[in-house]
Parts: sequence; C-alpha cells; structure tokens
Amino acid sequence: MNCEGVTRELSNYIDGEVDAALRQELEQHLGGCSHCTVVLNQVKMTVELFCDAEPVDLPTDVRNRLYAALQSKLGL
Amino acid sequence: MLCATFMTEDNRTAPLGSMARPIRKALSTPNPHRLASTVAREDEHLLVAAAKGGDLSAFNELVSRYERKIFRLTMNITRNHEDAEDAMQDAFLKSYSHLKDFEGTSRFYTWLVRIAANEALMRLRKRRPNQFSLDEPITTEDEELMPREIEDWGPSPEQRYAQSEMQEILSGVIDGLDPLFRTVFVLRDVENLSTEETAKILNISVPAVKSRLLRARMKLREKLHPYFRKEGLH
Ligand SMILES: [Zn+2]
Repeated sequence: MNCEGVTRELSNYIDGEVDAALRQELEQHLGGCSHCTVVLNQVKMTVELFCDAEPVDLPTDVRNRLYAALQSKLGL
Repeated sequence: MLCATFMTEDNRTAPLGSMARPIRKALSTPNPHRLASTVAREDEHLLVAAAKGGDLSAFNELVSRYERKIFRLTMNITRNHEDAEDAMQDAFLKSYSHLKDFEGTSRFYTWLVRIAANEALMRLRKRRPNQFSLDEPITTEDEELMPREIEDWGPSPEQRYAQSEMQEILSGVIDGLDPLFRTVFVLRDVENLSTEETAKILNISVPAVKSRLLRARMKLREKLHPYFRKEGLH
C-alpha cells in the first residue's frame, strides 16, 4: 500500500471501521512512513479539538428571544 | 473510539444550577413540582417523561441543558446568525409539540439534534438554492485529498491558545468549509452521530458520508496547519 492508499482509508482507520487485514496493511505502512504518521496524528488531533470544544454561552439577546418565543408559543 | 471523550461532554458542562437560572428568571414558572436543578445528567429520561406528562419546568430544564449545543449546531450548519437562531427556536418548539412521538429508543438529545439539524438544513438550502445541492454526488479528484503541507505541529495546540482564541480558530476554519463537507463533519465529529444517522439526516448514502467526512477532516487539518505549525501563524 502506498501513501495515497493510506490517505483514502485514514478516516475509516481513525473510526475503527477497517477490517483486520486492512488494518494490518495500514499499520505496516504507517510504521515505516513518518509522512503518513504525521498526517494521521494531525487529523486525529483536528477531530479531537472539535470533539472537545465546549459550546459557548448563548448571546443574551438570543437567549431572551428563545425564552420569549417558548413563553408565547407554548405558554410556558 | 476517537470521540469517546465527547460522549461524556454532558457531564463536563457547567453545573446545571448556573445554566438553569436565566430561565427561571425569564419564565418564573410557578410549578411547585419543579425538578431539582441538580438532577443528574443520567436522569434525562426522567425529565423527558415529566415533560411528556405536561411538566413544563422539566421541559425548561431540557432546553437550558441543550440550548448552547443546539445553537452551536444550527450555527455550524447555517453559518448565518439569523437562520441559526430561527432554526434553534423552531427546533425547541417542535420538539415540545412532538414530544409524544419520542419513543425513547435513542437519547433525547440525539432526537433533538435530528430536529435541529433538519431545521438548519432547510434554511441552508433555502439560502443557497442554486449554489449547491446537499444531495449532489461529489466528484473530487483524489489528488486533491493528498496533504500538501506536512510538517510537525508544535506542542499541544490546546496549551498554545487560550480557550476563547481556540474557539475563534475552530469557528473560523469550519466557516470556510464547503457546506457539503461541513454538514457531514458537524454531525459526525462535533455531534458524534453515527455514520448511518448522519446519512439519514442528510439524505445521502453511507459511502457519501464517509467520503465527505474524510475530505472534511483533511481540509480542516490543512486549514488548522498555519495555527499549529511549530513556527506559529505567519
Ligand atoms: Zn505514507
């Protein structure tokens, strides 16, 4: 398997959606290719940063309008 | 699984009391049966059951619990403040009126995300009727996939930027992503929905989800690169 092949499967590999044979092939390549290893680690980190990010508070006016809408339309 | 930590995010958000307060103030519901605001996250199904039974304060609690995440979702999909706000409001209103249809086979939050994503997608499509179709097949050449800039990133990006700076960076890079890729990425990697769930919401095939997710991740890595490379932004 070459670097392009690894890149095509990178996402599936990260998600654990490759079968044992393909996994072994990928890991064999990754073991000898620092190029692909760097990319893999950076893609993983990219996903983690988004996974871990805390949502920010609603702007006050947005929140006020939300609860006003719930109050008027649902009679909350 | 990579996003496993995300699964526990609910438990890591601010204490409920601090989130629930503004609603009390805004609605000041006189319901004497109000559930304790300190109710555990695992008790979501109790809140849902109470809300189904007409306990409005329980529904308030659910809204206050998820308002930030739902607004982030509608904002991430539409990238338009007005549309995001409308989509969020309608999602909560619809979730209340359809609560009786919620069967509890999935988490309430997942059900809510589905409603909110649909509201947001509807507005996105309306805004750009001719620009793109979310259902169109993508013919992206594989060469485009191959990373161009490969260079180690510096020390942990999370330590390099303050939380607010990081939020701006993430928001900025996702903003620049084509809606075709952005919608898949947001549902899969930010909301942590399954590939099948994402395919269903976007009305595209499972292979299309996978292909777009790969491209989204690769593009985001590249967009983040200038911020995280050893030498920093230049
Ligand atoms: Zn390689």
